[in-house]
Amino acid sequence: MYRYDRYDQELVDQRVAQFRDQTQRFLAGELPDEEFRALRLRNGLYIQRFAPMLRISIPYGLLSAKQLRMLAHIARTYDKDYGHFTTRQNIQFNWPQLERVPDILADLASVEMHAIQTSGNCIRNITADHLAGVARDELIDPRPYCEITRQWATFHPEFNWLPRKFKIAFSSSTTDRAATRVHDIGVHIVRNADGELGYSIYVGGGLGRMPMIGHRIREFLPEADLLSYLEAVLRVYNRLGRRDNIHRARIKVLVKEQTPARFAQLVEAEWAQLDHAAFRLTADDLARMRAHFTEHPYEPSAAADVSFDKAVANDSAFASFVKRNVREHRAAGYKVVFVSLKPQGVAPGDMTSAQMDLVADLAERYSFGEVRATHDQNLVLADVRQQDVHAVWEALRGAGLATPNIGLLTDMICCPGLDFCSLANAGSIGVAADINDLFDSLDHLHDIGEIKLKMSGCMNGCGHHTVGHIGILGVDKKGEEWYQVTLGGSAEDDASLGDRTGPSFSRDEIAGAVRSIVDVYLEQRHDEEETFLQCYRRVGMAPFKERLYAEETA
Amino acid sequence: MGALIRNGRIDDDDVVLLGDDDALPASGRAVVTLARWLAERETLSAISPKVGILLPNTADPAESWPAIADRDLLCLSFPAFGDGRAYSQARLLRERYGFAGEIRATGAAVVVDQAAELLRCGFDAFSLRDDQKAEAFIERLAAAGTRRWYQRPAQVRPVFEERRGV
Repeated sequence: MYRYDRYDQELVDQRVAQFRDQTQRFLAGELPDEEFRALRLRNGLYIQRFAPMLRISIPYGLLSAKQLRMLAHIARTYDKDYGHFTTRQNIQFNWPQLERVPDILADLASVEMHAIQTSGNCIRNITADHLAGVARDELIDPRPYCEITRQWATFHPEFNWLPRKFKIAFSSSTTDRAATRVHDIGVHIVRNADGELGYSIYVGGGLGRMPMIGHRIREFLPEADLLSYLEAVLRVYNRLGRRDNIHRARIKVLVKEQTPARFAQLVEAEWAQLDHAAFRLTADDLARMRAHFTEHPYEPSAAADVSFDKAVANDSAFASFVKRNVREHRAAGYKVVFVSLKPQGVAPGDMTSAQMDLVADLAERYSFGEVRATHDQNLVLADVRQQDVHAVWEALRGAGLATPNIGLLTDMICCPGLDFCSLANAGSIGVAADINDLFDSLDHLHDIGEIKLKMSGCMNGCGHHTVGHIGILGVDKKGEEWYQVTLGGSAEDDASLGDRTGPSFSRDEIAGAVRSIVDVYLEQRHDEEETFLQCYRRVGMAPFKERLYAEETA
Repeated sequence: MGALIRNGRIDDDDVVLLGDDDALPASGRAVVTLARWLAERETLSAISPKVGILLPNTADPAESWPAIADRDLLCLSFPAFGDGRAYSQARLLRERYGFAGEIRATGAAVVVDQAAELLRCGFDAFSLRDDQKAEAFIERLAAAGTRRWYQRPAQVRPVFEERRGV
């Protein structure tokens, strides 16, 4: 994985000192509230309903065991012993004290971590496929490009005060696992007809109150020209993006108002005038960055293992874990193991310090010392010898981290909601718990199969509800918590936005509504092979609507 | 108004910013809005010392450039602390159009906490917001100008070039 050199370390250390100074000036009354807000956000610090919330950057979701142990230390020392993994592969702590945040940042800097640009109207953490480097359908490892982009975006002097936040995601595989088309910029790494590497650029996707799927504005950009093109897009946005209304300030609104074709022309015109040579990535730049992400030294002998298949055959609980939480690896004899952060009774994405320490130990012992965070709020041990999977499973199970539900209904995405967030209209964690209770039989869940349920406590859409196969959005109606439901969204290659079912449901009704939706699917599907999304696209809204609102009219 | 920082120190502010209906000052240097400049260019361009221009942050440098290329002072505005449009304007004026005169930062963002961005994007004079401490701002400018950043623009060779070891 990427390791800092003295330049990276200096920049991060200086940032800690700068934020310490800003915090002191704020506490001394020398920095206006509103300005400290903008500055602290650029260091990941929100003031929430009950306490500050600190969001820490995990570039493209990749963590070392040492870094994960530091997160455990922070949870223990500065928080209530747990952290919350987010949908952008970051982690948040919900209970730090403002005065101690500079110390937390200093602790992070000691393990090559930071909270820079994890919030505020600037370029945020760069996200990527959580299976980067191990997926079989991958063209090339996207992480070197992500790291190059991360460095370009960090402390970029022209783009630190944008109209609104700006999110970039990379994908390099036939299945888009990074939701690139709901990002401000989605970069697909591709080869052109001549076999040359480059990028397709998508712009203007986004969730929130005006969800949109990104438009492709360039089919092929040569590999060396990534940064000049990003610079052109950002400059057009910084100059022309709306600043009169916060709800219309994202780049998606500019793309829509200009039309994608005219927006593309603006970018191309700006790009044509940039000094391309000054930005061009050299072969050495790319090679140097790739050297940080070389393949691990996989053991050829791992493929000879027979114990894995035997354990699957003899142990049905293990078999069920393998079916849901283990994926194929590119190297023979290796597996990708998902750590579920969605057990029943726990807020999706939450993890205690003891669990973090345990996963760090497992990573060190079994997976080359690395862990990945997924945008579905789980963790991944990406490089486990198949002969070790059983031992990993036993250890995870002992810590409540082996719920075999990856990709199933209870593997839902969920924001912190009204329980923590000052923006939320409605709770989401409680609803998640109710749905969990309704579907607590795992046999039933396996029968339902792949289904992405995503829930947000407000229009900002941190839980990505609009691209959930089933999406739930918390709304406020005269001080009461209500829930709107959408069906048929997707954040993958076939990206689409969900359709509203109709009037919203009360807190008491919402879990039951999800059950009705699942029942209709089970009745309507051709067979077990037809997923919820395929089925919905075939039969449409009518049968779901009928069931959902039948009781009311009856 | 806060202090004027130029050449790394507090400098005398020699400029009078005129409203669109204000008469020209008897002495000293005047700055007029872009709109007034465009309307009264013939008269105003005869004046010495040269009249400077205050550009709104919505002005497109590509459009304005032919009309302002012969000036030696351009003031760019930051109407709000978080409105960064003038950063793009400054870079375009310096890097694309080669403007070599003074680019002066004015408004709500001319503060210690944005000194580095301002310097890096090509501003070389700073009308500090009146609550700012000039010494702290000058210190910040000096630090930003000697630091190795990841990317251009910067005063010192950026990190990616340093790593190339050329």
